[in-house]
Amino acid sequence: MLKEKKKKQQSLHKRHSDLAIANKQLEKLSNSIFANGELPTFSQKIKETDQFPLRPKKLEILQINVGYMCNQVCEHCHVDAGPDRKEIMTRETMEQCLEVIRNTGAHTLDLTGGAPEMNPDFRWFVDEASKAGIKDFIVRSNLTIIRANKKYYDLPAFFKNHNVHVVSSMPHWTRGKTDKQRGEGVFDQSIKALKELNAVGYGMPDSDLRLDLVYNPSGAFLPGDQASMEKDFKKALLEDFGIHFHNLFAITNLPISRFLDYLIASENYEDYMYSLVDAYNPAAVANVMCRNTISVSWDGYLYDCDFNQMLELKVASKIQHISEYNEVILNDRKIIISQHCYGCTAGAGSSCQGATAT
Amino acid sequence: MASQNYYDPADLKKFGNITEWSKELGEKFFEYYGKVFEEGALSAREKSLIALAVAHTEMCPYCIDAYSKDGLQRGITKEEMMEAVHVGAAIKSGASLVHGVQMMNKVNKLEM
Repeated sequence: MLKEKKKKQQSLHKRHSDLAIANKQLEKLSNSIFANGELPTFSQKIKETDQFPLRPKKLEILQINVGYMCNQVCEHCHVDAGPDRKEIMTRETMEQCLEVIRNTGAHTLDLTGGAPEMNPDFRWFVDEASKAGIKDFIVRSNLTIIRANKKYYDLPAFFKNHNVHVVSSMPHWTRGKTDKQRGEGVFDQSIKALKELNAVGYGMPDSDLRLDLVYNPSGAFLPGDQASMEKDFKKALLEDFGIHFHNLFAITNLPISRFLDYLIASENYEDYMYSLVDAYNPAAVANVMCRNTISVSWDGYLYDCDFNQMLELKVASKIQHISEYNEVILNDRKIIISQHCYGCTAGAGSSCQGATAT
Repeated sequence: MASQNYYDPADLKKFGNITEWSKELGEKFFEYYGKVFEEGALSAREKSLIALAVAHTEMCPYCIDAYSKDGLQRGITKEEMMEAVHVGAAIKSGASLVHGVQMMNKVNKLEM
């Protein structure tokens, strides 16, 4: 039991798990039910509606992953983030990103991780990036980081000073479900952090300081209707804790990394893939986030999305690194797909900004 | 090869196939079914809990699988699900026990 608990506090990388290797994940996603024709591959599926090959639309979002280090080890994490991950973006790469941020046509800058705040140059980077005048500047915060150490206590004020749009994870409004997915004590710390964000004005009705929450299902099932979930979250968080927030993004867990590991270990993999394929919505393909996003990794490489980044599938373009960034050339590429893409086209669709086909 | 069990979890995925042998009736049923579970005077969430309770009183393993998952997808908690099952069970046991009155009536009529 203790051994099991310790295992849960380590990344797949630290455990030297097979699934820490991107190719092993891709193999899993292409074998068995997809190899024997039981289920159609994603490319076969989008061919049915003439959407293959998938190509970018206008670039709207630049998503930068500043490192895989995190203070949490969530069971569903597609990044396989954790305290033991040492991949951290250097200031040199950040400077290359800033050059791009100053000249991009994208209207949204989205910083993610790991816990982005744990990058030692995070504040410097936010300070510099906020001067570029990007319309929507998102930081994806796991909430508990705000309470993790004294040096992070002033983050709500720091975010406010830079007019950052805070997007935070919250798998449920009850303690049990949240802690099971994200670790013991996460719920209470998240509630405290949300109260502190509210206290400086984040998430309050009519406030310009945007606070949105991300909901991922805590298990092998798909998210329900985003608008209904938002209503339930708002009611429960307000009644139980007096907490306000703006929008809820319902995000489907993609079958990669730790969530894939969980699906296999709990013998839910095949049923989950069936659920994703059954819920395939061709209308969601039009708005998948890889069509309007570029994802940058901690070491400056470019990907179609954060999921492809974790699968080490670099963009299919002669431009593959931030140092040689060219939006025109990049936009003329084919998006790399595999069976994990079904996660973004199920039901009302899923992206880092929530549902895409509502 | 035919399944050796009366109930096979994989059969739930094939539910839609009932339209193959009676297209019109099958399609009408699924249209009706879909309509019933839409938001209405009752929320879709409330309907999901009713369906879960009935799934238990009907002892339908397919429905139990389907509405346990549906409940999770809607963010319904385990406590809410179990309470719904108890509502079904209470009505089911009440339905048995209320027949005790019939028994009493009969006995009272027959006994001197």
